[in-house]
Amino acid sequence: MEIIKSNITLDAKGLACPMPIVKTKKAMTQLEGGQVLEVQATDKGSKADIKAWAESTGHQYLGTVEEGEVLKHYLRKASGEETIDKKHPHVINNDDLQSKVASNEHIVILDVREEAEYAFNHIPNSISIPLGDLEKRMNELNKEDQLFVVCRTGSRSDLAAQKLAANGFTKVVNVLPGMSNWSGDTASLNL
Amino acid sequence: MAVIIMTAKEVTQRVFNKQELFLLDVRNENAFQDWKIEGQNFEYLNIPYFDLLDGVDEILDQIPTNKEVLIVCAKEGSSIMVAEMLSEAGRDVSYLQGGMKAWSEYLEPVKVGELKDDGAIYQFVRIGKGCLSYMVVSNGEAAIIDSTRMADVYTTFADGIGAKITNVFDTHLHADHISGGRTIAEKTNATYWLPPNDATEVTFDYQPLEDGNSVTIGNTTIKIDALYSPGHTIGSTSFVVDEKYLLSGDILFIDSIGRPDLAGLAEDWVGDLRETLYKRYRELSDELIVLPAHFMIIEELNDDGSVAKKLGTLFVENHGLNVADEEEFRNMVTGNLPPQPNAYQEIRETNMGKISPDEERQREMEIGPNRCAVR
Repeated sequence: MEIIKSNITLDAKGLACPMPIVKTKKAMTQLEGGQVLEVQATDKGSKADIKAWAESTGHQYLGTVEEGEVLKHYLRKASGEETIDKKHPHVINNDDLQSKVASNEHIVILDVREEAEYAFNHIPNSISIPLGDLEKRMNELNKEDQLFVVCRTGSRSDLAAQKLAANGFTKVVNVLPGMSNWSGDTASLNL
Repeated sequence: MAVIIMTAKEVTQRVFNKQELFLLDVRNENAFQDWKIEGQNFEYLNIPYFDLLDGVDEILDQIPTNKEVLIVCAKEGSSIMVAEMLSEAGRDVSYLQGGMKAWSEYLEPVKVGELKDDGAIYQFVRIGKGCLSYMVVSNGEAAIIDSTRMADVYTTFADGIGAKITNVFDTHLHADHISGGRTIAEKTNATYWLPPNDATEVTFDYQPLEDGNSVTIGNTTIKIDALYSPGHTIGSTSFVVDEKYLLSGDILFIDSIGRPDLAGLAEDWVGDLRETLYKRYRELSDELIVLPAHFMIIEELNDDGSVAKKLGTLFVENHGLNVADEEEFRNMVTGNLPPQPNAYQEIRETNMGKISPDEERQREMEIGPNRCAVR
C-alpha cells in the first residue's frame, strides 16, 4: 500500500457529524492554497459530506482511502491558481495528447500535481514530480525527451514548463487544460 | 427560545393527520434528493449543515415563523447544531430525534380490523421506508408476517397485548429490507415459514410454506391460508386471513404492482406475475381487503394511517391490473423499471443467512427509499 503525502493530518476519528466537517473547515485555515489535508474519520457519512462540502467551498476533493474502520479523506485547498496568466509558448490540448498516448508514440508525460492528487487519478505511465519538488528532482528527467507537462488546470504545469525551459529542456509542452478535463485512460495507485 | 425534540412517532402523527410542517433538511443535496420525510402538507428547504457553519443569518428569512419548523439530518448531530443556532436567533424550532436513521427504523402499529372471536390484525407501518408488516392476534397467540429487522418492536408489542408469537411468515425472500423473521422465531420459539422456491440458498432451518397450507392462530380458527402467487419472486406467496384479508406481499400494491427483476429474472417471471394478478387473484372474492407489504407514495395511506383497500376496488383503479394486452404488460414491467434498491443483493444474502453484517451495516444497507414496484 502506498502512503499518500499530506501537509496536515486531522484526527476526527470517533467524532459524529457535524464535528468532522467543523474540524476540517478549521484545519483548512491553517493550510496554504494548494496544500493537501488528510482527514481521518470513522463516521461513514463523512465521505459524502466532505465531498459535497469541498464542492460548495471550491476546495478540491481528491479521494478517500478506507483502512478498516478509518476513512482517510484527502482534500487540496483552493489556491486561485486558475486565474494566473499562462506564459509557456508550447502547448497541446487534451485531445491531441490523448491521440499521442493512443498511438503509442514514445513520449514522456510529467505530472506536476501533488502526490495525493496523482495517487487517486493520473495518466498511465506518467511520471510524478510535484511542482514544489521539481527544482531538486529535475535531474531525474532527460533533456532530450519530448516532455508533456500536465497538472489539473494547466497553471502549475505552465510554471513547471517555464522552469524546465530555463534549465535547458528544449522540447517541453504544456498540456491544456489537463487532468480536470481528461477523458482518456487513467490509473490510480494501489490504495 | 427553546429547542424542542420531536420523535419519529410525533412526525408520523403529523403525516397521518395531514398536518402542516416545515422541514429544514440539513443533509447534503444528494441524500435529500434520494430520500426524505414525506407528508402531504409538508414544505421543504434543503441547506446542507456545512453551509451553515458560520451562522444561520442568511437563511432566517426563508424559515417561516407561523409554522412548526423541524430540522432533520442523518443522525441528529447536525440538526441539533442548526436548531441551536436558530434558537439563538430567536426562533422556536424542533429537531428530529435520531435523524433519518430513526425515521427509517420507526414502526407505527395501526389496527386494521377485528377478526372473529375478538381477534385482531395490526399493520406495522414503517413510514420512512414504506414497508408494511402484520401481526394477526387471536386468543393470546400471534402470527407475524413480513417483519422488518426491528424484531423488538414486535415482541414488545405482543407482550403488551398479552400474546405469544407462535408463527412467523415471510411472503417471499425480501430484497429491499432485512427480515426480522428468523430472529423473532428464534427468540420466541415460533415456527418460521418461508416459500421453499425462494429459500433454495438459505443456510438455516425453516418450515416450507406451500400453496394450500393453513395455519390456525389461537384456539378458535383464525386461519391463515397460503396462496402461491409467483411473479415478484418465484416463491412469492400470499395469505388470506380469516377469509377477510388478502396479504399480497410484494405482488400487488394499492397503486402499483410488484417488479419481477430483483432476483435478476425479469423476463422469466413476468409471465408468472401476469398469471397471479390476472388469473389467481381474479378467482378470489372482490370483498377481500388487500394488505400489501409496501406503499410507495404517501397518498396511498388511508386517513387512519393504514394502507388497505378492497380487492374489487383495485381491479378497477390499479393501472397494473388493467393492462389487457399481454405484450404491453410485459413491456411495462420489464421495460421501465425504477432503479434497484440500495444494496439489494447484499440484503438478499443477509436474508438467506449467507452473510451477517453488523447492525450499523444493516442500517446502512437499508437507507433510502423503497423501490419494489412498477406503476
